[in-house]
Amino acid sequence: MSYTSETADQVSSIAGDKYKYGFVTDIDTELAPKGLNEDIIRFISAKKEEPEWLLEWRLRAYRRWLQMEEPSWAKVEYPEIDFQDAYYYAAPKSKEDGPKSLDEVDPELLRTYEKLGIPLHEQQMLAGVAVDAVFDSVSVATTFRKELAKAGVIFCPISEAVREHPELVQKYLGSVVPYSDNFYATLNSAVFTDGSFVYIPKGVRCPMELSTYFRINQANTGQFERTLIVADEGSYVSYLEGCTAPQRDENQLHAAVVELVLLDDAEIKYSTVQNWYPGDENGNGGIYNFVTKRAACRGRNSKVSWTQVETGSAVTWKYPSCILQGDNSIGEFYSVAITNNLQQADTGTKMIHIGENTSSTIIAKGISAGRSQSTYRGLVRMQPGAKGGRNYTQCDSLLIGDKCGAHTVPYIENRNRTAQIEHEATTAKISEDQLFYCRQRGLSDEEALSMIVNGFCKQVLQELPMEFAVEAQKLVGISLEGSAG
Amino acid sequence: MLEIKGLHADVDGKEILKGIDLSIGEGEVHAIMGPNGSGKSTLSYVLSGRDGYDVTAGTITYRGRDLSELSIEERAAEGIFLGFQYPVELPGVSSTTFLKTALNAVRRQRGQDELDAVQFMKRLRVHTKALNISDDMLRRGVNVGFSGGEKKRNEILQMALLEPHFAVLDETDSGLDIDALKVVAEGVNALRGPKRSMLVITHYQRLLDYIVPDYVHVLAHGRIARSGGKELALELEEKGYGAFVSGTEAA
Ligand SMILES: Nc1ncnc2c1ncn2[C@@H]1O[C@H](COP(=O)(O)OP(=O)(O)O)[C@@H](O)[C@H]1O
Ligand SMILES: [Mg+2]
Repeated sequence: MSYTSETADQVSSIAGDKYKYGFVTDIDTELAPKGLNEDIIRFISAKKEEPEWLLEWRLRAYRRWLQMEEPSWAKVEYPEIDFQDAYYYAAPKSKEDGPKSLDEVDPELLRTYEKLGIPLHEQQMLAGVAVDAVFDSVSVATTFRKELAKAGVIFCPISEAVREHPELVQKYLGSVVPYSDNFYATLNSAVFTDGSFVYIPKGVRCPMELSTYFRINQANTGQFERTLIVADEGSYVSYLEGCTAPQRDENQLHAAVVELVLLDDAEIKYSTVQNWYPGDENGNGGIYNFVTKRAACRGRNSKVSWTQVETGSAVTWKYPSCILQGDNSIGEFYSVAITNNLQQADTGTKMIHIGENTSSTIIAKGISAGRSQSTYRGLVRMQPGAKGGRNYTQCDSLLIGDKCGAHTVPYIENRNRTAQIEHEATTAKISEDQLFYCRQRGLSDEEALSMIVNGFCKQVLQELPMEFAVEAQKLVGISLEGSAG
Repeated sequence: MLEIKGLHADVDGKEILKGIDLSIGEGEVHAIMGPNGSGKSTLSYVLSGRDGYDVTAGTITYRGRDLSELSIEERAAEGIFLGFQYPVELPGVSSTTFLKTALNAVRRQRGQDELDAVQFMKRLRVHTKALNISDDMLRRGVNVGFSGGEKKRNEILQMALLEPHFAVLDETDSGLDIDALKVVAEGVNALRGPKRSMLVITHYQRLLDYIVPDYVHVLAHGRIARSGGKELALELEEKGYGAFVSGTEAA
């Protein structure tokens, strides 16, 4: 059954008479539920069997979004996005819609998987191949779930959490990133279809690293993901978000929202390796990645640490931020952003110091190759109450070749005299001397480049959990292919 | 081992090497001496295949092969090693990582198995001990914050690990005090052998008291002005380069 007719069936069976005029008519004329309107949102909400409050929240976001304008302050350029020309529910690939076997998958993509050392069954999963046979990781995932349940940890798709743990979701959803926050976050609030929910109870140290990877077994992740992590008092969790392999989508919009809530003495370590499809050497295709990530350190002595390695996407717009409200709370941001060919990245962080003796560290490494443009944009704000607040920022840019650009845009607002803000920035180029030195010792151009760039990023990569770090190191080399010399 | 015939080379369109003939046999150690700017480093780069150093005439034959066919890293894998006059800094790349990556890159090209971490460390230990290289130095970024002596010892360490057939050591003595010089020279001497040839480039005779060469050549204005045995170095020390660089081109 084709994807359009299947969707049409679903729509008529679920929507029934109620949406006949708005929705089904659309399908009659376009044969696909493209575009965005209130009926689409009602449809999504109904499909997910959501409670009334959530539908209302989505609709409020949608109505707000209609009045908003797409921001243009970031240093990224892309053709205007026609939001009516996108699928909002059906866009996540259904299994029948994906390739039937690895033979149908782009060999270029498989080559990358191979280089990353990803085992075959995982390759199938990442490429979206419909796999019916039970493979190892499914049973692994089940074991994980059992162990987590024993510790009282909740880790499930957010739509399931809405049904199973409505009180938690209602309390915290939108409490860090309100539905009216910004153009993309507001759009996400209206139409999100997937994402993770995590709750770590009081005093619990999550017995394992949580990874979206295990969740992919249950559902393909959509383009409007919504993740909510709540770390209760004295708890700890390390969460890994891996878009560890490129997804073969063309000029698709990803507008995700991640909200982290930390109560007293809680700690969250959130690591991302983002490698969405960046487009080809000529800038055709690729993901537009507009992401809002924010952590609220509400409790005293809470600590959040964002580590990100961004190598993919055609356009990246992303500023994982920390609101340091609790006294003595700590925010950290470690970032590597690599752009090659015609990729554009505008990324950084915001550290909002509200409580006393709050401290933050920002280590941002930007690597630009080809004709790409990379911008670090960061805000450090000390509110009047941030007595004894401290920030240390280090921004290093590395240029490969002379057709790319690196830009640093720090915003500093200090409204407390006792607060201290330190900022260091450097820009360097990979020198011919360095490459020659390495090649004289037997390394190829690309090995040399990969080693030098990995050295440059070390401060950030060492913040990643072990297995992730190894993968990220390989990815650094792969994403710079063709830029040596 | 190495046969250079009528070698002319340009750097940025300017002729620096103007007809060099040099023959180095297996196991021999040759020294090249010459004033600053005479083209010593240029010769080392031409032998390594560095971009921008263009051979305009003449040939270089290495172990029976025409070198011009090989890239920089292929030459390295074939056993050509260059000890740099100014070793390059690689921030964030630990010496251990660098050495292991280099050794395995060369082994791979030579058709040998790559070494795992344990095998590698075992090998590394043998050499670091002999060269008095500390663990702290191995952890730091390659050549970052190294003293002059540490940089040169690190070059010799790389040579020891990579086991070249032919090593060019460019002013390995520059910037070293006498104690550091002795350590480096001992390291080099330990690597001398019947199968390994060396070209030792130096500005001063002093180094050659410790690394005693079989032959000495004087390079001036891109040509070999004179060749002789090790006593030529002493003569140079006495008379200075003036006697060799006389004529219209004298500096
Ligand atoms: N990159 C370069 N561009 C132009 N001229 C160069 C370059 N490198 C070296 N030279 C010139 O080549 C000559 C030989 O330099 P070099 O080989 O470094 O001499 P030595 O090592 O004997 O001191 C000098 O005149 C120097 O100025
Ligand atoms: Mg020199």
